[in-house]
Amino acid sequence: MAKHHINPNNWISSYSDYLFNYTISRVNDRDMAQDLVSETFLAGLKSMANFKGEASERTWLVSILKRKIIDYYRKINSNKGKAEVRMNYNSDTETEGDWMEERVADPFDKTAEDKLENSELGNAIHNCLEKLPKKQAEVFKMKTILGHDTETICNGLDITASNLWVIIHRARTALADCMEKNWF
Amino acid sequence: MKISTLFISCEEAKHICDKTQYQEATSWERLKLGIRRSWCRITQAYVKKNNKLTELVEKSDLNCLKKEERHNIKKQFEEELAKHQ
Repeated sequence: MAKHHINPNNWISSYSDYLFNYTISRVNDRDMAQDLVSETFLAGLKSMANFKGEASERTWLVSILKRKIIDYYRKINSNKGKAEVRMNYNSDTETEGDWMEERVADPFDKTAEDKLENSELGNAIHNCLEKLPKKQAEVFKMKTILGHDTETICNGLDITASNLWVIIHRARTALADCMEKNWF
Repeated sequence: MKISTLFISCEEAKHICDKTQYQEATSWERLKLGIRRSWCRITQAYVKKNNKLTELVEKSDLNCLKKEERHNIKKQFEEELAKHQ
């Protein structure tokens, strides 16, 4: 089996978005997700000697990140355990006995399965984004994921609006093709 | 108004379709795209594929780091990396 090599100089540009997306879908807190990603890179750096090359760098970093996320939940759960649990039941006598229905899960709420599928879909899109030329991926992310307007992107990257639309067109075409092969 | 202004090339149709994904196409452009789409199979296929991609991206709740967020992580990482090299 081919051995994978480790090169921390490329970690931020290659894996930060993937790891961030992975984290935020699990912790649902943007600041915390950034902290966990940052801690993952630093932990990876410290334990580089343990990298055997049997898995890809990304897989190895994700395994570190998973442990960080578990630690994060352990920490908040131990804090929760110390707090008093309060539940407000309806005291209205006419609706007495309806409390159980009140607490039945909202059918319009996202189910765990939906969330899992969406998370896998997000990973599939990130995998396709990684195959795009760097500039295309950057412009696509700024426009589509971060929702920046055309003018902001053009000023930030010093490109014209027509350049931007050409880049977007190429990125969308390549992504759609990649998703067609890998998702459907 | 010249009737020819209503007819656009396939490339222009694709460009308008891309802008439509970001709600940046005008009503006039959308009308021209609609006319082209009514008879051009290439445009029909492109619109279908493009709409599907938008749908998938929206469904995935995809996230990525903002430029300054990535910069902060990078700065912290590079300081640590320098100690290892």
